[in-house]
Amino acid sequence: MKPLEGLIVLEFCQFLAGPSAGLKLADLGARVIKIERPVKGEACRQLSIKDLFVDDSSLLFHTINRNKESFAADLKNPDDLVLVKKLIAKADIMTHNFRPGVMEKIGLDFETTLKINSKIIYGTITGYGDKGPWANKPGQDLLLQSLSGLSWLSGRKSQGPVPFGLAVADLMCGNHFVQGILAALLKRAKTGKGVLVEVSLLESILDVQFEAITSYLNDGGQQPQRSDVKGSAHAFLSAPYGVYQTQNGYISLAMGDLLFIGNVLGINLEKFTDKHKWFSQRDEIRTLLSEKLLNETADYWLELLKKEGIWCGKVLNYEELDSQPFVSELQLKQTVKNSAGEKLVTTRSPIQLDGEILVSTKAAPKVGEDNLAIHEQFLSNA
Amino acid sequence: MKPLEDYLIVDFSQFLSGPSASLRLADLGARVIKIEKPGTGDICRTLYTSDLIMNGESSVFHTINRNKESFAIDFKEPNELEKIKKLLAKADVVMHNFRPGVMERVGLSYDEVKKINPNIIYAEISGYGTKSELKDLPGQDLLLQSLTALTWLSGNQEDGPVPMGLSIVDMLAGAHLAQGILAALYRKVTHNVGAMVQVSMLESAFDFQFETITTYFNDGGELPVRTKSNNAHAYLGAPYGIYKTHNGYLALAMGSIPVLASLLKCDELLQFPENKFELRDEIKNILASHLQTQETQFWLDILEPADIWCAKVLNYKQLFAEEGFQVLNFTQKVEMLDSYNYKTTRCPIKIDGQIFTSSKGSPKLGQDNERIIKEFID
Repeated sequence: MKPLEGLIVLEFCQFLAGPSAGLKLADLGARVIKIERPVKGEACRQLSIKDLFVDDSSLLFHTINRNKESFAADLKNPDDLVLVKKLIAKADIMTHNFRPGVMEKIGLDFETTLKINSKIIYGTITGYGDKGPWANKPGQDLLLQSLSGLSWLSGRKSQGPVPFGLAVADLMCGNHFVQGILAALLKRAKTGKGVLVEVSLLESILDVQFEAITSYLNDGGQQPQRSDVKGSAHAFLSAPYGVYQTQNGYISLAMGDLLFIGNVLGINLEKFTDKHKWFSQRDEIRTLLSEKLLNETADYWLELLKKEGIWCGKVLNYEELDSQPFVSELQLKQTVKNSAGEKLVTTRSPIQLDGEILVSTKAAPKVGEDNLAIHEQFLSNA
Repeated sequence: MKPLEDYLIVDFSQFLSGPSASLRLADLGARVIKIEKPGTGDICRTLYTSDLIMNGESSVFHTINRNKESFAIDFKEPNELEKIKKLLAKADVVMHNFRPGVMERVGLSYDEVKKINPNIIYAEISGYGTKSELKDLPGQDLLLQSLTALTWLSGNQEDGPVPMGLSIVDMLAGAHLAQGILAALYRKVTHNVGAMVQVSMLESAFDFQFETITTYFNDGGELPVRTKSNNAHAYLGAPYGIYKTHNGYLALAMGSIPVLASLLKCDELLQFPENKFELRDEIKNILASHLQTQETQFWLDILEPADIWCAKVLNYKQLFAEEGFQVLNFTQKVEMLDSYNYKTTRCPIKIDGQIFTSSKGSPKLGQDNERIIKEFID
């Protein structure tokens, strides 16, 4: 059995961070019910990339909200609120990412909710925590990357700030949220009492930088310095670490014995026998490597390097990645199907339990798709 | 009380992925014992980055391994293996990130450990899973970023592959392993059964890209295209990006172009009444030259009151000076057994209003041998 089977999660969260956590809990076996405003539903349903829609909702929404149910309710309507409170009484977990103060106004803050369900696990996501001058700033991923120092770690020195091209603050925060909620379940198992779990995008994106920040804190306040050669991959790591262009595509070289790698590639690196220079003169070294690697094909170099046990690999794009045998060997894709029979190919949970991958064919619900069934099961007085 | 109090975790893992998971579990209250090779220990102890060595060992090791104990023991020796087995008999979780086959060869496969402790949670991280043709390759962060096409999302169109500048795949795999372990512990509490939990860096890197990969699958084979300048997300239209100002940088997330045109007094933008995705390079180009004409604060003073999502771009020094950062109390000082102390970050999760801190610094190799032997083995 899946570990969270039997648990009910009410998800008031919108967009990415909270719903990505709900998806993980669903794949681990929980029954996740999205509480959405009637008709329009969660805001992410209309947030599309490249105008891709599956039904009335965006592909983006479908990716994040598969394997969930939907209960449409207007929290500002007293009758609906009564129903939601009845649901809360039956739930194990509820999550929201409203700005500080919103749930208090509705009367569904943690303290009040405990009176409805003394064992509820109540999870909140904020942008910046609930105090201080940033508490009411919009919790948007790029802003978090920009404020937290993250944008100075990728790319080249002369480029200015280079953000990560994915919503990394949202996604890491979603991951931490799952950890907090699961830890709270263990706490509740001991105490029998409700638990409050709080995470913020800011703390999560700082946690991702724990190595870089700890270095900064103990290195006399020295800022991370990126290399200025194309393919720079890590502000703190020595040559050869980085990406290199070849005659036909790119390869990566991870950490390794530079002098040995130089020998294998046929580059004279005698000047750099002192290991400290692998860091202090990495631009010069990486330029030498770049010039050499441009002369042959990616496969030529990889064969040469791998034979010697050097850590290296090819840089693929999505098309090349999709054609790798491991995609089917490891069943990295799954197909989900909605109530109208429409199918969608997406990814699956990265966690395996007892040798089994966690899959589910259930696509994201339509707004209020499960109102009737939920009514019958939990809310009718009959 | 901390939620994982009374749980014992025996951790064979090295480097970053596994140890970042056990750090999280330690901060949540578990007792974590690192099993290390006598003499050298976790290879991360000597993995120097930026030449920053603290108290004789790498700053990276100190960051990831605070709040843990160290038990130096060569479990490839049959006598020592017996000792490890006695410890495992008392553990709730055992975890490792050796390449597939290593634990089996030393006699510590899941089946073997289950014989000693039937309800144990046995958790492992691999690079590429235990079944794929790649299973014996090194599970190294940059190689995984490269393999899974993550490098084509950051940077600008002409930059070639741009890796994310920290070990993001390691951290994701660690985060997912911690999730799997916690879920399995919950099932153990409610159903009294053990579990095998497995994650791989490859699957974690896929999961991280679930939106963009799913888009690729459903977009007629179109590859993601980064903007020519100011790229922050291959699939988002203008203005999404970071822009240079007269004295620094400004991040602009969403916003309607005509509204921005009027707020920023940028007439050139008026030619874009609709925010067409295909025109994002042109729009960004105009914004980029316009925003350079004034200082960051000038723009923020206009945009923030109008509820446009924007922010200044800070480095660590500037961030640490901000009140918004200081109110988090996100740093803590920890101390090693020899009184060496250092500053680092804390756990990002708060439970029942409690932040999780611990003054316990990283362990010296084998510093807890005597106590662990007395408590669990003798």
